[in-house]
Amino acid sequence: MKKAKEKSLVNCNLNSHKSADIKQRIGFGILRISVLIILVLLAVIIYDIISKGIGVISWEFLSQPPRRGMTEGGIWPAIIGTVFVTMMTAVFAVPVGVFAAIYLNEYAKQGKRTRIIRMAIRNLAGVPSVVYGLFGVALFVRRFAFGTSILSAGLTLGLMTLPVTITASEEALKAVPNSYRHGALALGVSKWHSIKTNVLPHAISGIMTGAILGLSRAAGETAPILFTGAAYSLPRIPSSLSSQFMALPYHLYIMSTQHSNIEMVRPIAYGTALVLISLVLIMNLGAIFIRSKFRNKH
Amino acid sequence: MENLEKKIIVNDLDFYYGDFQALENISLEVPVNKVTAFIGPSGCGKSTFLRTLNRMNDLIAGTKVDGEVLIDSENIYHECVDVVNLRKRIGMVFQDPNPFPKSIYENVAYGPKAHGIKDKDKLDQIVEKSLRQAALWDEVKDRLDKSAMGISGGQQQRLCIARALSVNPDVLLMDEPTSALDPIATAKIEDLIEDLKKEYTIVIVTHSMQQAARISDYTAFFLMGDLIEHSLTQNIFEKPENKKTEDYITGRFG
Repeated sequence: MKKAKEKSLVNCNLNSHKSADIKQRIGFGILRISVLIILVLLAVIIYDIISKGIGVISWEFLSQPPRRGMTEGGIWPAIIGTVFVTMMTAVFAVPVGVFAAIYLNEYAKQGKRTRIIRMAIRNLAGVPSVVYGLFGVALFVRRFAFGTSILSAGLTLGLMTLPVTITASEEALKAVPNSYRHGALALGVSKWHSIKTNVLPHAISGIMTGAILGLSRAAGETAPILFTGAAYSLPRIPSSLSSQFMALPYHLYIMSTQHSNIEMVRPIAYGTALVLISLVLIMNLGAIFIRSKFRNKH
Repeated sequence: MENLEKKIIVNDLDFYYGDFQALENISLEVPVNKVTAFIGPSGCGKSTFLRTLNRMNDLIAGTKVDGEVLIDSENIYHECVDVVNLRKRIGMVFQDPNPFPKSIYENVAYGPKAHGIKDKDKLDQIVEKSLRQAALWDEVKDRLDKSAMGISGGQQQRLCIARALSVNPDVLLMDEPTSALDPIATAKIEDLIEDLKKEYTIVIVTHSMQQAARISDYTAFFLMGDLIEHSLTQNIFEKPENKKTEDYITGRFG
């Protein structure tokens, strides 16, 4: 009885096939176009930056400080400043983020309280970066008296990347099947040992990917370091954690809006942008490399 | 059963998932070096009961246990019990084979290593002994360094048995260990259980009455969170005392 109600597979009314087929094609078309738009935009941006910036890239540009009111010379202090401040960010945000994620996912009693904490973390990811900058000034520069320094700027950027790191780490931990945890616990292994040896190794690629993506975003931020440590111009490379520093995104900002002769230094600005996106790209490639390396292991 | 030494004695056990009472007033004795099978329809509480014996239910939020479970006359729900140590003594094999994504060798060496054995020779010995006990050694001895994910489901389950044996437990809990396996792999595991009971006390949950009849010495029949009948396997299947047991084993429900 039930069978009779179902549509027959053999249906000679080809139009009904066709209309479903067309709908499907339109659907796929929209998806395809969306991807295409993204790719084209990305290509245009990269082409624009490379074509306008490649001309100034030279060994001197990469290894010398700016000279003559930033109209000549290179951006070496800004490169090294960005590298240092990103390292400071990593030292702070990666362990804190990963440990917080381990606590939230493995130890905390799941319930209303953890839900609220998670919601707060996700909301923090949406706070404008300039707000982090102001907060960094109030907390690190003033209250903790770290001054405007790599330390203050790194910690501020760290706060900004924590939501990304925590969320990515938690997702990576969630993806590890419970059977690994239970299998280990059933052998009379302590909870921490089972996490350390049987959960983290399988989450590490996801955790590292999230951490590096967060860091590469931090490396490109201007607002949080603007008040907390970045210098307008500083010909030396920073000597300690309490030094101020030049940074690529801030240098780029100066070159495109604050310089006395913006038209003249435009190529340098594009060169700086090219170096910055190359740096970010290298970090992202690093993330891909780490992921594939850990994946092959198992 | 009265004359046999008891490995596990359960007295008046109640178990709750939140407000839902999953086990009611269970009392049962498990004799040493015998195979005891728990049978019953899905949702009757047999797996839940099995997991109360090594406190794996502790891992589920919102569960509660009343009553006592004595293992070698010690109450494992006493507040001073070290759960980690308890689970070392009460090994467990899960329903779905769950090898770790490590090499075959590392799967078996994982427990001993975690318990502080570092000596390579000692570990080699344990790995070989455990794999032999699990009747897997001959099949994998030439590829111990290969991933455990690459062997068949039946081999994976025997690997999990070897892994459980590697930490030298007294009791082996098995939660439907063959439900994901084909008949040949199932037969191998059943033979293995016969051998293992010489050294271990085995408690097995099974959805297959035939399996219980084939391999167990004692059988306990659960229904809706109650222990209906517990006796020699032969008695359960040939002259059950309770009408419900009879209905179940004759296939009238479940």
